[in-house]
Amino acid sequence: MPSKKLNLRKRYELLTRGMGWETTHQKMDDVFPYDTFEGIKITDWDKWEDPFRLTMDAYWKFQAEKERKLYAVIDSFAQNNGQTNLADASYLSAIKLFITGVTPIEYAAHRGFAHLGRHFRGDGARIACQMQAIDELRHQQTQVHTISHYNKHFDGLHDPFHQFDRVWYLSVPKAFSEDALSAGPFEFITSISFAFEYVLTNLLFVPFMSGAAYNGDMATVTFGFSAQSDESRHMTLGLEIIKFMLEQHEDNLPIVQRWMDKHFWRAYRLLALVATMQDYMLTNSPMSWKEAWDVYFVENGGALFEDLSRYGLRMPKYHELATAEADHISHQVWSVFCSLGNATGFHTFLPTEEKMAWLSEKYPDTFDKYYRPRFEYWAKQQAEGTFEFQKGLPQLCQVCQVPMVFTEVQTDPMQISYRVTEHGGDKYHFCSDGCKDIFEYEPEKYVQAWLPVHQIYQGNCGGATIPEVLEWYKFSPDDTGDYIGSRDHARWQEWKGTDAMVKQA
Amino acid sequence: MAVIAKDGYIDLVRDRVENFHGNQLVYVGWDDHLLFSAAQAFPLPPEMPFQALVSDVMPSVFNYHPDFRKIDWSTVQWVVDGVKFEPDMGKSLKDNGVGHKSLIRFKTPGLNGINGTRL
Repeated sequence: MPSKKLNLRKRYELLTRGMGWETTHQKMDDVFPYDTFEGIKITDWDKWEDPFRLTMDAYWKFQAEKERKLYAVIDSFAQNNGQTNLADASYLSAIKLFITGVTPIEYAAHRGFAHLGRHFRGDGARIACQMQAIDELRHQQTQVHTISHYNKHFDGLHDPFHQFDRVWYLSVPKAFSEDALSAGPFEFITSISFAFEYVLTNLLFVPFMSGAAYNGDMATVTFGFSAQSDESRHMTLGLEIIKFMLEQHEDNLPIVQRWMDKHFWRAYRLLALVATMQDYMLTNSPMSWKEAWDVYFVENGGALFEDLSRYGLRMPKYHELATAEADHISHQVWSVFCSLGNATGFHTFLPTEEKMAWLSEKYPDTFDKYYRPRFEYWAKQQAEGTFEFQKGLPQLCQVCQVPMVFTEVQTDPMQISYRVTEHGGDKYHFCSDGCKDIFEYEPEKYVQAWLPVHQIYQGNCGGATIPEVLEWYKFSPDDTGDYIGSRDHARWQEWKGTDAMVKQA
Repeated sequence: MAVIAKDGYIDLVRDRVENFHGNQLVYVGWDDHLLFSAAQAFPLPPEMPFQALVSDVMPSVFNYHPDFRKIDWSTVQWVVDGVKFEPDMGKSLKDNGVGHKSLIRFKTPGLNGINGTRL
């Protein structure tokens, strides 16, 4: 009598491949209308190998277990007033940028994978995307649940999704997500699963999670751990899809290479926000952006592309520039935030003496020479009471939408990098050749970009004055401005003062 | 060059000049003064005299820098859209060749930022 219990491989086959069929009443091209227009040629979807052979029932079981652990930690964090054990309340600026800038990307990724989970013709790939869609939704949800505890005690955490759609610096992650979401399914998965999750995700997750641990934020550490096993599954999916496309047809190589070049640069520009978080917003930084870049991109990424070279794939274009910029970008982006701190949803603050000593040590070739002078100048002005936030609005890059603060680091680090092109009789400005190339390949896409500064001037953002625009963002006056003297700062001092008195007693 | 989309794109140029209520966008960047991290964007009437840009618009932002009030405007070097040029202060932006989304860069010889640091 045959065994009633199926082995794992058979179960996997029945629960994935066994769920699909060749349609007869409708043409397959009508049922799956999205997976051909990008030019990717797939000759045999059955060659798709799911790296994990994960079935939905096993998936539910694993995730439920992780969920129970996470929520137990979140509960105990709340009951023990975990927020009082942070290194400093200024650390919350990093969390505020995370919940407004990163969590909504998780949700966007959920939408994208849900679409792929319906529209890939191959059932194996479809199932893998469905699970990732649920993962991404879960990440968004657990981040909101974890961070909502801080929302009870600190400003600036109250409306991340509303702000994601409107705020000037959040248009950077929004534009990044929407670029991928509005592409075809193969480009989307190359962008999110490979360029972002495989090549660059460690640069976001590792420093951010160990940063949380270094600053007493055990709640964030826990959601990081809870997401980590999903991330490694996502990374493997990213690598698998690249190999699959390249093995299916030789015509796919130039398309995949172009996407690699594009989405590496797109994701890298987005990570300028992470670099800034890591070097300036964390009270205690476990490692500098440059150190992280050297380990996770130069070493690990280099090895990965060496491995992929047998498919004919080369390192993404402009990776040398990204490595040269590692000495600069965090300082440049924090400078623009500090000078526009009256319009950020998190508090800005100048680096302390201690922090500047750390930055000098980590950036021996650049910090003292190019960046220390501006922070010292602003500190002197603050002490004298003459510091002012900048009155104008910055020029933005048409593609990455970051204010045009990046400089010619390979030739003259104090010269802003200006690039321009014309299309349809209008000029378009860029921060780099990487962004300019992206525009020039698909100008009809990027002429539609919603650039916050231009939208303010077109009258679409609540009014013509800064207070009107901030109200439209749903920033309250308590959310913005310098940390010192803010409501968060006052509350923190009150807690710490009380703490000290309790200890003395 | 390429449109990679299932059904093409709608024709939407979001920043065409008609959307700025009679103004055009002009960017102004002060070289060697990185205390302003980026060039500044201004919506300005094309008929605005260049002189008004210098005496009314630019000070609203750049006044903050101690170098600004020391500028000898007769020595300023101007670059518009990558080309060196001498503005006619009495003529309009438009007649000076400053169009929608033009980038005006200016250099102030002898004034190179806080203590010569190009800040």
